[in-house]
Amino acid sequence: MTEFLQQLLNGISLGAVFALIALGYTMVYGVLRFINFAHSDVFMVGAFGGYYLGRLVPEGTLWGGLLVLAGAMALCAGLGILIERLAYRPLRGAPTLNVLITAIGMSLLLQNLGQYLFGATPRAFPEVFPVTNYEVGGVYISSNQIVVIAVAGLLLLGLEYIVHRTKIGTAMRAVSLNPKAASLVGINNDVVISFTFGLGSALAAAGGILYALNYPSIDPLMGTLPGLKAFVAAVLGGIGNIPGAALGGLLIGIVETFVNGSQWSTYKDAIAFAVLIIILLFRPAGLLGRFSVEKV
Amino acid sequence: MLSVQNLEVSYGAIRALGGVSFTIEAGRIVTLIGANGAGKTTTLRTISGLLRAKAGAIRFRDEDITALAPHRIVARGLGHVPEGRMVFSNLTVDENLAMGAYLQRDPARIARNREYVFSVFPRLKERLGQAAGTLSGGEQQMLAIGRALMGDPKLLMLDEPSLGIAPKLISTIFEKIVEINRHHGITILLVEQNANLALEISHDAYVLETGRIVMQGPSHDLRANPELKAAYLGG
Repeated sequence: MTEFLQQLLNGISLGAVFALIALGYTMVYGVLRFINFAHSDVFMVGAFGGYYLGRLVPEGTLWGGLLVLAGAMALCAGLGILIERLAYRPLRGAPTLNVLITAIGMSLLLQNLGQYLFGATPRAFPEVFPVTNYEVGGVYISSNQIVVIAVAGLLLLGLEYIVHRTKIGTAMRAVSLNPKAASLVGINNDVVISFTFGLGSALAAAGGILYALNYPSIDPLMGTLPGLKAFVAAVLGGIGNIPGAALGGLLIGIVETFVNGSQWSTYKDAIAFAVLIIILLFRPAGLLGRFSVEKV
Repeated sequence: MLSVQNLEVSYGAIRALGGVSFTIEAGRIVTLIGANGAGKTTTLRTISGLLRAKAGAIRFRDEDITALAPHRIVARGLGHVPEGRMVFSNLTVDENLAMGAYLQRDPARIARNREYVFSVFPRLKERLGQAAGTLSGGEQQMLAIGRALMGDPKLLMLDEPSLGIAPKLISTIFEKIVEINRHHGITILLVEQNANLALEISHDAYVLETGRIVMQGPSHDLRANPELKAAYLGG
């Protein structure tokens, strides 16, 4: 039982990070109907942003950690908006395949730029938050896990508020449902799309820092595998569906952690993807997704 | 209010409009009738900026709006209720109306427009918390019109408001269109396949055939026109 709770806790804190990244994939898909493959590299830039900002604040303080988090989120929000403006907006109206290829190109560009600027050698991520370990009934909890779960939880609530209670959030849903009708009520779709990229990229940056807290070795290619799993999480939850992405992320994180703690740990990635295949066989639109006919 | 001059629009190599011209005076109900594929919807979509004109000019309230983006055209007071209603199906009725007022800044004015929409379509008030996709076709049409009214339009363009609606509700919707025009002074451009109905409630009419205006005049006169009767009014 203790073993089970321990793995569950570890799984939730890993899954929370996947969830944060998955939200960016799913929101961008919602408004533009394509997969932003560069998203996993924004996650990487977030971690590096945290690395450099972490030098500016005293190590191991809560306020310092939160400041680093906020700074990296703001930085990546800007990066996300810039990427959309430079790479994707000129392709508005082009076939989806062109945009997808551009996204892959943007991903490679960011990875190589990262290697050029930061070097390819992995670096140790600083302890930006205070670190303490607790033991509750045989379950070990690190303060970093608490930070990860608390921050991810608060960001999810914040996102829920933005999407459902604010004008720009409602406009996001409107654009995602019908961009033409949205422009006919006076919504500037480009502004909403920029906002979506900014929001998704900020969440990816938070994911990058939270990931680096528990796996404190960062390098310019670190985004690839977590990004892929978060993408899987978004598809699993039903692409375009925000609660679905959060649920998918948690699920992938928990499955991966349990497999990792078992005798099949070598196959943890394979099993995570097998779960995707099995769930999609039974629910092709994802766990919370609904089938909709693509309109011309 | 609106003047369209020599409007030409193409979809790739296919010419949809071949030089369409017409004008709308303030306070009128003007209808654009014609068969399927005549270019009615294309005309409206080009006016509201969803489609780009290849040639020609669109002037709205003494301003050239030909090259403006749709959201800028809405901001100038031109509302468009699109074909097929296009309500935001997963959003509630309330949220749909709020989106209609997206560009409105004055809360008092928004509240007044909301009350006005409820006075025209009381049904919407009963359905406020419901997702728009769960409404009947007629109710969705009311919502689409209400949403456009929330934007405080001077000219309202309606594309096939009778399409896919229970026959019982069609006359209600058309009565409401007249009411919106008469009591609130909103100029109306109505596109309809149901030519009888459209000529009945409109002041002026234009007949569109394969991308050209082939007939125009006061609706009353066109209703008596034998040629038109044979082609569009079922004998």
